Amino acid sequence: MTPNILAYAFAFPVLGIFLGLVYKGIDRRVSARLTSRIGPPIRQPFWDVGKLLLKETVVPENAISWLFNAMPLIALASSMTLLLYIPFGVLKAPLEGYGDLIVVLYLLTLQSLAMAIGGFASGSPFSSVGAQREMVLMMSYEMPLATVIVGFALIYRSFSLTTIASTPVWSIVGPIAGLGVIMLFIALLIVTPAELAKLPFDIAEAETEIAEGMLAEYSGRNLALFYLSDAVRGFAMAALEVVLFIPFTLSSIFNLNLTGASLYTVEALWFLFKVLVVYLLAVTLVRTSFARFRIEQASRIFWVYVNIIALVGLALVWMGV
Amino acid sequence: MTKSQYYIPIGPIHPALKEPIRVEAKVEGEKIVEVDVKRGFAHRGIEYMGMKRNAIQALYLSERICGICSISHPYAFVVGSEKALGIEAPPRAQYIRTIIAELERIHSHILWLGVVAHEVGFDSLLFWTWKGREKVLDVLELISGNRINYSMYMIGGVRRDLKESHIKALKEMIDYYRIFNQEMKNLFLADPVYKARTRGVAQLSKEMALKVNAVGPTARAAGLRMDIRQDIPYDAYADIEVRGIVPQDIVGEVYGDAYDATLVRIYEIDQSVDIIEYCIDNLPEGKIMAIPNYVVLLSKIKRTKGEGIGAHEAPRGEVIHYFKYDGTRDGPAVWKVVAPSYNNINSWAPLLLGAEVADIPVVVAYIDPCMCCNDRIAVVRDSSGKIVDSTTLHRMAVEKTMRIKKELGVKE
Repeated sequence: MTPNILAYAFAFPVLGIFLGLVYKGIDRRVSARLTSRIGPPIRQPFWDVGKLLLKETVVPENAISWLFNAMPLIALASSMTLLLYIPFGVLKAPLEGYGDLIVVLYLLTLQSLAMAIGGFASGSPFSSVGAQREMVLMMSYEMPLATVIVGFALIYRSFSLTTIASTPVWSIVGPIAGLGVIMLFIALLIVTPAELAKLPFDIAEAETEIAEGMLAEYSGRNLALFYLSDAVRGFAMAALEVVLFIPFTLSSIFNLNLTGASLYTVEALWFLFKVLVVYLLAVTLVRTSFARFRIEQASRIFWVYVNIIALVGLALVWMGV
Repeated sequence: MTKSQYYIPIGPIHPALKEPIRVEAKVEGEKIVEVDVKRGFAHRGIEYMGMKRNAIQALYLSERICGICSISHPYAFVVGSEKALGIEAPPRAQYIRTIIAELERIHSHILWLGVVAHEVGFDSLLFWTWKGREKVLDVLELISGNRINYSMYMIGGVRRDLKESHIKALKEMIDYYRIFNQEMKNLFLADPVYKARTRGVAQLSKEMALKVNAVGPTARAAGLRMDIRQDIPYDAYADIEVRGIVPQDIVGEVYGDAYDATLVRIYEIDQSVDIIEYCIDNLPEGKIMAIPNYVVLLSKIKRTKGEGIGAHEAPRGEVIHYFKYDGTRDGPAVWKVVAPSYNNINSWAPLLLGAEVADIPVVVAYIDPCMCCNDRIAVVRDSSGKIVDSTTLHRMAVEKTMRIKKELGVKE
């Protein structure tokens, strides 16, 4: 490991937290404007985290306290690690060569798993019901998610994210496989709100039904860690979609001849803009315009409809490649 | 593997509840296998307070029984009192009363639609409906000076007249709600997710509705055509042919579920708009109070011996007030209130049994419960389960106050 990579490894998570919270703030603001409210200031999530960190951390009497306290750390650690595998625009991923899309899949699952285990460990009936729902939901959306990743492995004959980011997917697929990739993109967009536990799939945290579910007993620092891991994961998920499906760099579109610092600045801003667009489309717009599904309705959506979309997409890719 | 049962307490404080009540559910997975409803968290002793005050003060108090349909209780109060006193409000006052009551029905139903949208997790719809509700609240504020507690009614009339400017605002509002309600029909009734969450949920059959004595929109959603405005017409309703709205009129079939409850309430907004339009077009001229002087009114109450029952179709169902004036004091000797939520909450236990955890908020919300209306009695038991009588309770309360005063060192 070179010092360069180490520097990245420290800078990226800090940057990831910052960007994750900024995107959360933008998301709240845009959602408020869509429902004719003024909405909180963009920096509200920072204040929320700051306040939560100052608050007392209560551990319920009948909770398994070491498990209860460990899970927020694992959740945050897994979403931080997730960031290290994602190539930011023209930058290479810091942990390039140490893992690939399969690891990304595991890290995405790990965070939901940590929340579910934390819910079971907190010993409250609301949390237990929430954790059960989260497990059911996870089993439902993992299959389409895995299908998308297999589809990419088929195209590139590799699971490496840097390989995928270096060559835009659209330049190496034919028309049939291209159609397949579009279907995989749609499937991934539908999985996104479930993966991030946002409406209409925030069933595990349903406020009016089970009082925030898995998070019901969490408070203070532990809740802040979950909040941060949620923010980072939101950003990472949108970034992942950009890397997989919208990899075009600004210089390749307009044939710009940029070098050095200006190249990195322009491409970084362009990358962040693309992530913002995906974030607003897949999270903000969806969560503003849908009601919450019941768990069995959500399961049916993923097992039947989204699976069909993803599998047809995979079949098209397989035929096209 | 053993079957695991969870005990889920909903309430007295819970995000799905706007007021305190307790639902205790035993859950297997997502399915509810045992349920118990406990009420009595919001008892305030308003009837008792009213029996210690004069009739006008009690009328003021009756407006505070319910926080949302704040004119329904005064309406039943004045109708019942007038029957007991043997007076009648002038025609103009009767029409104004009806207009105010229907304005309130509009705002209460829109409020409910927003709440039920929130319960199924559709907060955008909540914001949108409540934005539309502002219009009727503005009109109410223009007419009465207040958004919620209007203080419009008086025994034998109303306290404020409708001016030309008010009628203009009302006409404007009618046009607004004709369009707004059409949009609401599209948003609620045609939305697939809303339908998926409410169709078949909280399904109350006709027989069950009769068995639990359901009233108001809950009973009408189950297909029972019952409405005080149609069955025992009073005030301007006697001049208007009001027919209770039931789902079979609109779509031809009855499910009796939360979706039908939505249907009934949305079409009742249309009906209310029609009634208001009729009332302002046919508003009679004349005075607005039968006995304009309050001192004269109170002395008449003091001289009167009699009893009366006032009933009004509130947004949630029938409100019934019973009065007895005994001729010795200027307030009611007996005042008894029957609120619709008391009957409608009976439907929770049978509806929740076998339902899913995700359905709890919808079942709880679909009757539009009002806990502070429905709590008429509070019973305290000691550790051995014996009921503590009121004298003992009073003595204990005095003792506790003394003890606290001593601890805090309060000097008389």
